[in-house]
Amino acid sequence: MYTVADLRKGLKVTLDGDPYIVIAFDFAKPGKGQALYRTKLRNMINGTILDRTYRSGETFDPAHLEERKMQFLYKEDDHYCFMDNQTYEQTHVSEDALGDAKNYLIDNLPVSVLLFKEKAIGVDVPNFVNLRVIKTDPWAKGDTSGSDSKPATVETGYVLRVPPFIEEGELITIDTRTGEYSTRVKG
Amino acid sequence: MAKNWPLARRRSALQARARIIQEIRRFFNGEGYLEVETPLRIPAPAPESHIDAVPSGAWFLHTSPELCMKRMLAAGYGRIFQICHCWRDGERGSLHLPEFTMLEWYRIDADYRDMMDDCEALVRAVAHIMGFGNTIRCMDGEISLNGPWERLRVGEAFERYGGMSMEEALERDLFDEIMVRDIEPQLGIGKPTFICDYPAARGALARLQENNPVVAERFELYIGGLELANAFSELTDAVEQKRRFLAEEEYRRSQGRPPYPLPGNFLDELSNMPPSAGIALGVDRLVMVLLNAESIDEVVAFTPEEL
Repeated sequence: MYTVADLRKGLKVTLDGDPYIVIAFDFAKPGKGQALYRTKLRNMINGTILDRTYRSGETFDPAHLEERKMQFLYKEDDHYCFMDNQTYEQTHVSEDALGDAKNYLIDNLPVSVLLFKEKAIGVDVPNFVNLRVIKTDPWAKGDTSGSDSKPATVETGYVLRVPPFIEEGELITIDTRTGEYSTRVKG
Repeated sequence: MAKNWPLARRRSALQARARIIQEIRRFFNGEGYLEVETPLRIPAPAPESHIDAVPSGAWFLHTSPELCMKRMLAAGYGRIFQICHCWRDGERGSLHLPEFTMLEWYRIDADYRDMMDDCEALVRAVAHIMGFGNTIRCMDGEISLNGPWERLRVGEAFERYGGMSMEEALERDLFDEIMVRDIEPQLGIGKPTFICDYPAARGALARLQENNPVVAERFELYIGGLELANAFSELTDAVEQKRRFLAEEEYRRSQGRPPYPLPGNFLDELSNMPPSAGIALGVDRLVMVLLNAESIDEVVAFTPEEL
């Protein structure tokens, strides 16, 4: 059982019997009023998006999903193919169902494929993933403050803000829970 | 190269924040206000239904300097302001930090309408020091700071944006949900909005309107959908104040919240307080508005998660 204190992006809950994933979450409190927890939830089976507001004290059932350890193989059209590490069985997941996880999928990445009634409806990626920068502006000489940021494209096509000293070809660690740059991988 | 890049990259925001706070001080000094410091750790916070103080030993970290500052009004200080940290347990989101920076100012012989004028002058002064004219960019829109700003009654806001009357929303216990979902995003768009005249039950320290006692003389200032400040014509009737505190405290305890002692010294001295008005403005949020920031995290050096 989850409470409103557990709410965060990525949490998976059961609503009206269906599995939903929290895709946006914020705390709100209108002047002198009560605490409200605003969520946007995506139905993991049919993609429907719900806006729901909860009060403190409300509880949620976790989504009942089966997790299978797999690795990412390849992308084909709008489907992504994963292979079960034990049975070598392959599973396809649609791009829509992947959500932000598609930003981090590189060959052989270990993931948990989420199944509901035997159907793959989502993928959990590791909290930290290392990806190579394939495009970013060069570091302007003389800027040693480290206080600016610039856009960088990584090998999956995902674009994020990175510190100015990051160069093309470097490997960086990204926090997949926030989608933000975490550190530079040395060597 | 800085190891803590998220902190390093906030440098320009923190520089702007410092300039804004300097300008706030300059503004109030120029208006004849005395800057004061009251204790952050107090024995008895004002009991309010939906604000939780953080315990500190047998005392509490204050949720606002309101009670101490009103005791100063009662002792003859006519115009005072304070910039201090406040703590509110469990409040964390893109607009909330459990420890945040508050600006409060109080003046005697004034009511909440005077506080609206102060807000307009203060925000314009701060915008100018930031190099803006009377137009700022905030939450994907341009906002004109030219006066007078919009003044909208809470009841009108429910009719216009809420899809039901304020009375019906209260009756159906939907006031807060409609305010957050339907009304707040419409406030302070194009120009700042004072939303005023709240239901009496939603201003525990506010004076009721003389000719319409179901309404509290209270307003909130919104810019770009963001709530910046809360102001009252202050309640000076000690008997009525004690009655409201007891009711709020009873509600708190019925919700299983830790008991607060009654703020006895404040209640004793309240009858000496002249007719006054006061206001609390979130400094972090003012910085957000002026920097067009999407999250309060962008305008502070450290969030609790980064400590």
